Amino acid sequence: MRRRELPDVVVTGIGAVTPLGVGARTLHERWTAGTSAFRDGEAPCPDFEPTDHLSMKEARRADRFTQFGIVASDEALAMAGWEDEAPYDPFRIGCVLGTGVGGIGTLEGNHDTLRDKGARDVSPLAIPLMMSNAGSAALSLRHGLKGPVYSVVSACAAGGHAIGTAVRAIQCGDAQAVVTGGSEAALTPLTRASFQRMSALSPTGMSRPFDSRRDGFVMGEGAAVLVLEDGESARARGATILARVRGYGATGDAHHITAPDTAGAGGARAMMLAMDDAGLTAADIDYVNAHGTSTQLNDRAETAALKTALGDYAHKVPVSSTKSAIGHLLGAAGAVEAVATVLALRDRVAPPTLGYEEPEDGMDLDYVPGSSRPLKTASDERAVALSNSFGFGGHNVTLCLETA
Amino acid sequence: MSTNTTTIENTVIESLKSFGADAGEITYDATWESIDVDSLDLAELAQVVEDEHGVKMEGEDMKQINTVGDAIAFITEKKAA
Repeated sequence: MRRRELPDVVVTGIGAVTPLGVGARTLHERWTAGTSAFRDGEAPCPDFEPTDHLSMKEARRADRFTQFGIVASDEALAMAGWEDEAPYDPFRIGCVLGTGVGGIGTLEGNHDTLRDKGARDVSPLAIPLMMSNAGSAALSLRHGLKGPVYSVVSACAAGGHAIGTAVRAIQCGDAQAVVTGGSEAALTPLTRASFQRMSALSPTGMSRPFDSRRDGFVMGEGAAVLVLEDGESARARGATILARVRGYGATGDAHHITAPDTAGAGGARAMMLAMDDAGLTAADIDYVNAHGTSTQLNDRAETAALKTALGDYAHKVPVSSTKSAIGHLLGAAGAVEAVATVLALRDRVAPPTLGYEEPEDGMDLDYVPGSSRPLKTASDERAVALSNSFGFGGHNVTLCLETA
Repeated sequence: MSTNTTTIENTVIESLKSFGADAGEITYDATWESIDVDSLDLAELAQVVEDEHGVKMEGEDMKQINTVGDAIAFITEKKAA
């Protein structure tokens, strides 16, 4: 077993921009109320106006994926009480942000310019906007974060990896706090066409994870940011602790570039590692925020993985997918879902898998159909969840989150 | 002021405004630093100026261009040459 005694890492701020609106609570409240955000087969952030939040210069200097990240970070830092001044030496505060493809809208736009007008008209801002590390760089600049600052790229597992990596940076002493999360803005012609050609997107435009009629994922966009702090430091400064990141597990399938291992062995191991890291067992898990993409392969493999990881408890634990409400936010998904999970645990509610109606043979877990319901917890003192993120390339991440 | 200079002035000022500089602070004497214009803004400005006036702003020449007025004078001079 790999568990060692490591410092605890707490969540003191959360922020989100999602297809359900700006704000972490907006996401939580609308999803638990059964609201979904799909329009024309996608889940955009239609009401997001960058200059409502950023100066014209800031907005021009940021691809949409970075704009989402900045706005989510402002909310998270304000919640942590950091809006005036960070509580630690700036060199002890890092930033690790995940993304799937970075500024692909900028890339596509400038490629159009190159083709149609020639090289001289390509924007000098193209590289600083499109680079996949633009998000973490922008947050570092905006908030004066001078510790380890970088981005993590692992397709749809990136948000989860970013948070896990941030946790480790704190536990290893590289930073006292890390601003982390994920962002994505890939509702672009090339991304859309590419996912369509590989039959990953739902042709019906319906995101109904775990339902027998599921036929692919629906793309969304947005970001979420969490402020993570060394637990001892956060308590010493009297911070409000929203949650603890108790465990992190990460594996690779070594199976196929896009398809998950059908038995879900890698996903199962990620969940077991996260529980082990947390010093917990399946009996302690009150809720699972599934990766639940609404693709045939993921939802079946994830169900198998859950049965392997949780054993007899797999049928007792409510399992739901945020993607039933906001679609798949790719590299932002793991972060957005971690935020949704924190609020679900705090409110002791199991949010629903919207659109789930028809079970499939062998997929017999409690997917929380219909509407949200009160969350029963194994302990009166705490609520514990696993949040899964799996990505093309065979990347599997599980976070174990706990709230009081 | 010639029509040419007015057009050039318009190009420069409108570009700087579109980059996010405060319109009220864009004067002939304003340095790039004072109106928060950096190397990336100047690269964009050079693009617009070349498109609209056929004048290249690049390399060593840029070291002499430190204010809004410097830029307008430089473009006017090159265009007349």
